Amino acid sequence: MDVASIVAALSAAVPGADYQPGTATDRPTVIVPREHLVDTAKVLRDDPSFRFDVLVEVTAVDYWPDEPRFEVVYHLLATTIPAQLRLKVRLAGEQAHVPSLHTVWPSADWLEREVWDLFGIVFEQHGDLRRLLMPEDWEGHPLRKDHPVQIKMKAKVHQPLQLTEQEFQANIVADRDVRGDRTRPGGDLT
Amino acid sequence: MPMTELRTETMTVNMGPQHPSTHGVLRLVLHLDGENVVGAEATVGYLHTGIEKTIEQKKYQQVIPLVERMDYLSAQSNSFSFALSVERLLGIDVPDRVKWIRVLLVELQRLNSHLVWLATHGMEVGAITVMLYCFRERELFLNINELIAGFRMFPSYIRVGGLREDLPPGFHAAVTEVLDRMPAKLAEYEDLLTHNPIYIKRTRGVGVVSKADALGLGLVGPIARAAGIPYDVRKAFPYSGYETFDFDVPIGVTGDVYDRYLVRVEEMYQSLRICRQALDRISPTGAWAVADPRVVAPSKDKVYTEMEALIQHFLIHSQGFTVPAGEAYVPVEGPRGEHGCYVVSDGTNRPWRVKMRSPSLMSCQALPTMIHGGLIADVIAVIGSIDVVMGDVDR
Repeated sequence: MDVASIVAALSAAVPGADYQPGTATDRPTVIVPREHLVDTAKVLRDDPSFRFDVLVEVTAVDYWPDEPRFEVVYHLLATTIPAQLRLKVRLAGEQAHVPSLHTVWPSADWLEREVWDLFGIVFEQHGDLRRLLMPEDWEGHPLRKDHPVQIKMKAKVHQPLQLTEQEFQANIVADRDVRGDRTRPGGDLT
Repeated sequence: MPMTELRTETMTVNMGPQHPSTHGVLRLVLHLDGENVVGAEATVGYLHTGIEKTIEQKKYQQVIPLVERMDYLSAQSNSFSFALSVERLLGIDVPDRVKWIRVLLVELQRLNSHLVWLATHGMEVGAITVMLYCFRERELFLNINELIAGFRMFPSYIRVGGLREDLPPGFHAAVTEVLDRMPAKLAEYEDLLTHNPIYIKRTRGVGVVSKADALGLGLVGPIARAAGIPYDVRKAFPYSGYETFDFDVPIGVTGDVYDRYLVRVEEMYQSLRICRQALDRISPTGAWAVADPRVVAPSKDKVYTEMEALIQHFLIHSQGFTVPAGEAYVPVEGPRGEHGCYVVSDGTNRPWRVKMRSPSLMSCQALPTMIHGGLIADVIAVIGSIDVVMGDVDR
């Protein structure tokens, strides 16, 4: 299928969405409006003429300082036909958020975490949007073009853990509360 | 005391990141009910080196050694997919001889990588002999790398526009010797494992991935083929002349660890078939790069005698070459699955963005699904069977 027929089929299946054909020559590329991304993804997965059953890759490109700043790029694969497709969502730098696709393709889970980690693009309704590759306490998102390539940081000095006996006991209680196993006969915690 | 009043609780065990069976620095948090795994979380990122950020500062030819260090067991799959993507942007079609040499090299690479997989996986389920035998044969493949490039792990021999230089004298003899030796050796490994009741007990029905899970979790590659999905990039979207080679794609049935073993062993036999066909087509000397003065430096005898060639040589090695603005993603079938390099160019001599599609990342993501409900001893067998390379996961 060429880009024009894909755009036509998608426009018929998702009313109200304004799709733009992309200029890439290696595979058909469709630029999807953010608010119709999930609907489009469901059509592409379930419609018998598409059957894109694998989400191969999610990544982003930062065009800073141009606007719209970000492009989130999805590479899709239909293993049975076989066919390839690229979806793009363009995002302004101030509104770097897109709906998550992990309900459509479970493989989006870690791929979206990686994009959040490296670009700071928020995936709404993801549920578990933590850093994947960078340390948890890293400041900033390193693959953004305004993130410096080399930074000098002060070495972190180890501080001994300061905890009173009461806090220690309270931690144990809180931990048991979370795990929900306080049914020990006698109720004695220690 | 009646049994109902006994309090039981699940135990949380940290496995890795320094566990010897985690193939590097994969960390698993396992929730255990006795010996049963009732929950698992995988944590990655300990080997993150920011290669993609570094690449954005480099010229195109300087990227080749960097991407080779991502998946360090199949270095040339990385550089191959990068070179193919950039060549697509440049609109270059390399000579047939270059295509056959590249195919030969990446298929030797696949054998090399599968040998390391078989060695480590075999050792982890108790077959130490397999480990020793496989590493013995792997040495032969590393010797071929050393012959062509002087570097055993990361040859950087596949370049944008072709190869680094022509094949060295004695290449055909060296490869023929390895290809003649391998079938008997593969039969030897199969004698040790395929019908070994201990190995079958450790692997059959363990770490099962259904077809639907494999597709949903993006596991295109040997793991999906073991689950019965007949998808191979070399057949579906042929690149570098794969459509002219005669080979089969092995398919599994159940998607367990044993089927993954069978699929990968059969892939090694098929790789040998492709290698033989490719070697027959390669003439000992001939074109080793595209005749495009934008990308490939002129030959040395011209550089020494012609002014224009000298200038061109200087420009390519100082400024590099520019790539037209655009984007390309050309996937290749690596040993672990679909490798692909998404290259975005802004029309300068440095890539704007390079993203490597990592098959190991997807298998790590699927790991909790595979080990859920199994025994803790099976976790080791499953990690071995998905063949993760942490350098590829963390990049």
